[in-house]
Amino acid sequence: MTIDHPALQAVLDALAARFNDRLLETRFEKGELSVRVARGDLRPVLAFLRDEQGFNALNDIIGLDNANAPVAGRPRFSVLYQFYKFPDALRLRVVTDAAEDEPLPSITGLYKSADWAEREIFDMFGLRFEGHPGLTRIYLGDDFKGYPLRKEFPLAGE
Amino acid sequence: MPYKHIEISMGPQHPSTHGVLQLKVTADNEVVLNVEPVIGYLHRGMEKLWEHRTYPQIVPLTDRLDYLGAILNNLAYVLAVEKLAGIEVPKRAQYIRVILAELQRVASHLAWIGFNANDIGAMSVLLYGFIEREGLLDLFEEYCGARLTVHGLRIGGVPHDLTPKVCELIRGVVTSVPRRLADIEALLSENRIWKHRTVGIGRIAPAEAIQYGLTGPALRAAGVRWDIRKNIPYSSYEDFDFDVPLGTHSDVYDRYLVRMAEMRQSLRIITQALDRLPAGEVRAKVPRLLKIPPGEVFLSVEAAKGELGFYIKSNGTDKPERVKMKAPSFINMQCFEKMCQGHLIADLVAILGSLDIVLGEIDK
Amino acid sequence: MSRELFIFEGLIPLLKAAAVCIYLMIMVIIMVWLERRVVGWLQGRLGPNRVGFQGVLQPIADTVKLLFKENIMQKQADWLLFNIAPIIVLVSALLPFCFIPLGDSIPFKNYTFTFWVAESPVGLLLILGLSSLSVFALVFGGWGSNSKYPLLGGLRAVIQILSYEIPIGLAMLAVIFYSQSLNMVDIVQKQAVTGWNIGKWPLIVPFVIFWICAVAETNRAPFDLPEAESELVAGFHTEYSGIKFAFFFMAEYTHMVLASSLAVVLFFGGWLAPFSQVKALAWLHPFPGAGVFWYFFKIMCFLYLYIWIRGTFPRYRFDELIKLAWKWMVPLALLNIFIVALVRLHS
Repeated sequence: MTIDHPALQAVLDALAARFNDRLLETRFEKGELSVRVARGDLRPVLAFLRDEQGFNALNDIIGLDNANAPVAGRPRFSVLYQFYKFPDALRLRVVTDAAEDEPLPSITGLYKSADWAEREIFDMFGLRFEGHPGLTRIYLGDDFKGYPLRKEFPLAGE
Repeated sequence: MPYKHIEISMGPQHPSTHGVLQLKVTADNEVVLNVEPVIGYLHRGMEKLWEHRTYPQIVPLTDRLDYLGAILNNLAYVLAVEKLAGIEVPKRAQYIRVILAELQRVASHLAWIGFNANDIGAMSVLLYGFIEREGLLDLFEEYCGARLTVHGLRIGGVPHDLTPKVCELIRGVVTSVPRRLADIEALLSENRIWKHRTVGIGRIAPAEAIQYGLTGPALRAAGVRWDIRKNIPYSSYEDFDFDVPLGTHSDVYDRYLVRMAEMRQSLRIITQALDRLPAGEVRAKVPRLLKIPPGEVFLSVEAAKGELGFYIKSNGTDKPERVKMKAPSFINMQCFEKMCQGHLIADLVAILGSLDIVLGEIDK
Repeated sequence: MSRELFIFEGLIPLLKAAAVCIYLMIMVIIMVWLERRVVGWLQGRLGPNRVGFQGVLQPIADTVKLLFKENIMQKQADWLLFNIAPIIVLVSALLPFCFIPLGDSIPFKNYTFTFWVAESPVGLLLILGLSSLSVFALVFGGWGSNSKYPLLGGLRAVIQILSYEIPIGLAMLAVIFYSQSLNMVDIVQKQAVTGWNIGKWPLIVPFVIFWICAVAETNRAPFDLPEAESELVAGFHTEYSGIKFAFFFMAEYTHMVLASSLAVVLFFGGWLAPFSQVKALAWLHPFPGAGVFWYFFKIMCFLYLYIWIRGTFPRYRFDELIKLAWKWMVPLALLNIFIVALVRLHS
């Protein structure tokens, strides 16, 4: 796929060369490149991006509940990893999907800033991360029942 | 009797944790062995709430995140919405946004130096910082009617133009703040006691800092030249001439120097923006009922505490599908334990102050 | 027993002791007011000025408030230690004032009224010893509270006071080289002949050491870590409320007055007017008993200095504090003893 950004084009080409059909979807909108991979490929893709492409900073991990706008064949939840490359100022987003009871691989081994972000997704959505050093709720009390950012959780609480 | 380490819980009510933060400290007599921050005492469910509010209704809610730097939160959010909706902001509005953002940065840093110095014992600096902050808060009150949670920006521009009174107040602030900064520096910068308390405390290596996702003045004090206003400019920051102060030793003292220098640079930007204010509209034409076609965007700005980012996913209605805020203090707080290794309990407060966290944005 | 004996040796000293206690309580009240106003002015604000004329009744309002507060003592606290600590600290602050001369003496027909409660040939030593009793109070308060913050604060306070006792004693030793006596009254009377002690160059460094150690001994900023608000909530008196808390506070201010009085008596001539050995300036001390006013004026200067320092400097971290005592104060004081001894040998 050709995109109108030479530096990101180089990254995309390197990714495609290494992982080709494991990149499920590639999108380039509003100057932002986002790449979709399967859960199992997450760790190798991110390791490749960090070690060989130089994306050394993880900005954020974002959880999404697609219950209101489901896409056929895709699990309910999406997790987005937003990366940044020092000092070239490049941004990249990697997206993966998971169903309610499917654990995702934790990337705390690759980026230390993933620790609390993954705990937050566990707290708000109920998605588990395998290999996380201490996956407990971060905002809500440990005895809280329910996952607030899921679409079925009412705004005023239960 | 076996020797046990002492476990202290600092907080959630404690005079020097900035907000409701609990630090579970395990110490060997006085030396800190490990620190576990417990957050969530100020969690208000902002992200859930935002999914049930229209795009313009969310702007005043973002004030309450980093309540010491409200305009910067507003700026991050409205820029993200404008990028998503494809709204073009007029030049004059961009310059006014820059002025407001830099004034807010100065106000936030003045609050920071006050609290940090007070924790280390120099009580008078707290009041000197706040005297200047009063001038800035009065300015905000004159412009948008509120001192702290200002709602000073709108989607598409700013609420109204700068009146002559506001311009006069800004010019007054630009002259009085450097004098007060000189006072504070005379009290602290070469003070033997201050240096004892801050030099060599709370170090973190630059590469490790990037790994931990540290951003903002703490990262610049480690020597990493990372300022979004320069690297990925937004809102006409590329038109202005300013330096990015860097530190070398990445300790509390360098963070202090970096923030003091940043305040001076902010005043420089304000003067340039005010002198070169272009004519034009202050607000783009935005439909009253703003419906944004499906899409997603991630945008971050350089807030006073670090990189403040918003991820917005729209679904074609007037309410967003998902809004996620990346708070700088949330990520910065993760480095806290690393920075505290091997220091004394008294240093904990100094390091916490130098990280400059706000629980409002950590807890959302 | 003759009537004169009863009055002169019994009643009057008793009244003098009571008067000294009242004087100190008044000084505490003045200090509370002064501190809050002066620290306020240093910080660009006014300080309390509503209660009474310019806020002078504020300390009374505070005392009344504290008197009416509930006396909380947690179950796990040790009853005896917890309750005896405030008493010890106040008594150890008041007792040394028996030996401090507040002014000169007024000769009457057959009796000389002296402005000191007692005169002892080892007065200075007794003062040092009695004021050191306050360490017990800190230990009892910190340990007896049976809680982490007071324990840590109490430990720190004890180490701090013990460390700074040594240089303070050495600094006073330098003065004794000149005065040849431990009697406080003698020390002042020698200065009447030779001029204030601060005017003698070998005694300038001992004064500086004495002053720094005095600030550290009284747990005042920048050495106030044991009661650092931002780090240990309130240190060794965290668990105290109401009047017991007030006792600790009164004791702190009384120690400040004690330290200022010692500085004045040892280095600045006690009740003497400046340049008292110069006949031409004898009008500065117009009548016997005028020394009280000079003494009072001088200690107010030192108390103001205490407050000024508090409003200016950040706080020393604990290990820096102790390093300062052992690595700087003690060697400097020892070196100075040498020098003073050599100078006195040759003169």
